[in-house]
Amino acid sequence: MTLLVVQALNGFQLGMLLFLIAAGLTLVFGVMNFVNLAHGVQYMLGAYLGVMFARIAGGFWSGLILASLAAGAFGLVLERLIFRHLYARSELDQVLATFGVIITLNEGVRLVWGSAPLELPMPDALSHSFQLMDGLRYPVYRVALAVTGLVVAGLLALVVNGTRAGMLIRAGASNQEMVSALGVDIGRLFRMVFGVGAMLAGFAGVLAAPLVSVEPNMGDNLLILAFVVIVIGGTGSIRGAFLAALIVGLVDTLGRSMITDFAHAVLSGPASSRVGPALASMLIYLVMAAVLAVRPAGLFPLRS
Amino acid sequence: MAEPLLTVADLRKRYGALQVTDGVSLAVHPHEIHAVIGPNGAGKTTLIHQMFGSVRADSGQIRLDGHDITRLAPHRRARLGLARSFQITSVLPEFTVLDNVALAVQGALRSAFRFVRPARREAALNEPALVALARVGLHARAESLAGSLSHGEKRQLELAMALAAKPKVMLLDEPLAGAGPEEAARLIALLRELRTHCAIVLVEHDMDAVFQLADVISVLAQGRVIAWGPPAEIRRDPAVRAAYLGEDF
Repeated sequence: MTLLVVQALNGFQLGMLLFLIAAGLTLVFGVMNFVNLAHGVQYMLGAYLGVMFARIAGGFWSGLILASLAAGAFGLVLERLIFRHLYARSELDQVLATFGVIITLNEGVRLVWGSAPLELPMPDALSHSFQLMDGLRYPVYRVALAVTGLVVAGLLALVVNGTRAGMLIRAGASNQEMVSALGVDIGRLFRMVFGVGAMLAGFAGVLAAPLVSVEPNMGDNLLILAFVVIVIGGTGSIRGAFLAALIVGLVDTLGRSMITDFAHAVLSGPASSRVGPALASMLIYLVMAAVLAVRPAGLFPLRS
Repeated sequence: MAEPLLTVADLRKRYGALQVTDGVSLAVHPHEIHAVIGPNGAGKTTLIHQMFGSVRADSGQIRLDGHDITRLAPHRRARLGLARSFQITSVLPEFTVLDNVALAVQGALRSAFRFVRPARREAALNEPALVALARVGLHARAESLAGSLSHGEKRQLELAMALAAKPKVMLLDEPLAGAGPEEAARLIALLRELRTHCAIVLVEHDMDAVFQLADVISVLAQGRVIAWGPPAEIRRDPAVRAAYLGEDF
């Protein structure tokens, strides 16, 4: 029981982290039809910048703020230098070019900071744990991370659903040509979305840094999960990304712990210990396939 | 006669071996409905696309109210007073009717990006939007979702969105496409009303509507203007009859 609670909390928290990354990705994909594989390295870069700024500026919090801003600015530079030239190109070109950015940045980070994993200490105020229930202590930092994700989701929902700027973004995601016919500079709209998306990914990287080891390629796995999230949620939809991130986070985390037990119970012998982990890592893709079978455009499709 | 609002001069566009626009010139005067007709494949839609900027002309010039807009991006043209409806109905179905039009008002304002305020209470956007809706006779449906409108109502909504930007010239690509006889009659009356607000360039297959509405007709065939003039002249023109041979005209 306690294990289940812990796994559910961890899954929720992974979901929130995924949401922070997927939010920007889904808007960029939805508004511009731009496949940005390099979104995951923004997360990695955020973590590295967080470590760097925390050392220079002397603390987690200033590291968090400075690294998020720097990651956003770096995203805008990438947009200006590389991505802007890809919008009109085919998806294959976009995938190839942004994959090139991944390789370059992963190696670049190795050159600057070395390949040994770095650590970002938790802020002192959040570094203890608290009594969740009998015999179960849970780290405050993980709770704080999940709450931060929720707050950001709420803010994004408010901006996207409740303001005129948000309406422009939603309209741009659903019909780009029409929005530019209405006199809106779609390029500027996109830069705005892109900058915020890059900043959120960087922000997520700093938040995750104290829980994981900061190393090159740390964004690669999360990128794949983030794409699963936006496909399940429906591209361009913040609401879809939120729900799908929760689903993916919970299914992945709970699945990994439960399927292994389940496999042991159903099968016996050495087969069970092989089947369990294999099934567990397939689980989110099975969920994705199931969702797409019922709703081919995802949970909350923008284009009808 | 007053200065033309929109002029197209010797416009050319080639796709590979195909010369889709072959030296087209035309002039649209204030409050004029200028129809562009022609057989399928004559290059009407490509011409509209070049006027609006979603297709770049190879050579030639397009001027709007004194500005050379030949190389401007679509949103810059829109801000100079060019509005457009699409061949494929393009309202945002998940927004309310009012929100669709408010978005058009917002796009027309320079401050489109400064509205990080609560959307629904933005009177500066909603009031002009309601005026535009009233003009096309759709104000009663302001709070409905755009996706729930009938086909004809969606067309009206598009016109309201085009109107909301207070354009000087409206480019309408087959506004009657897919409308039933009753809807068509209502839309024709509406277009006649709209010309009091702006000039209209009309690409339309419904010849009855064209001859009812147009002040000037340009006939396009194989990328060229083969005839232009008032409807009565066009009806008698032998070259036009030849181009339309076999079609209902």
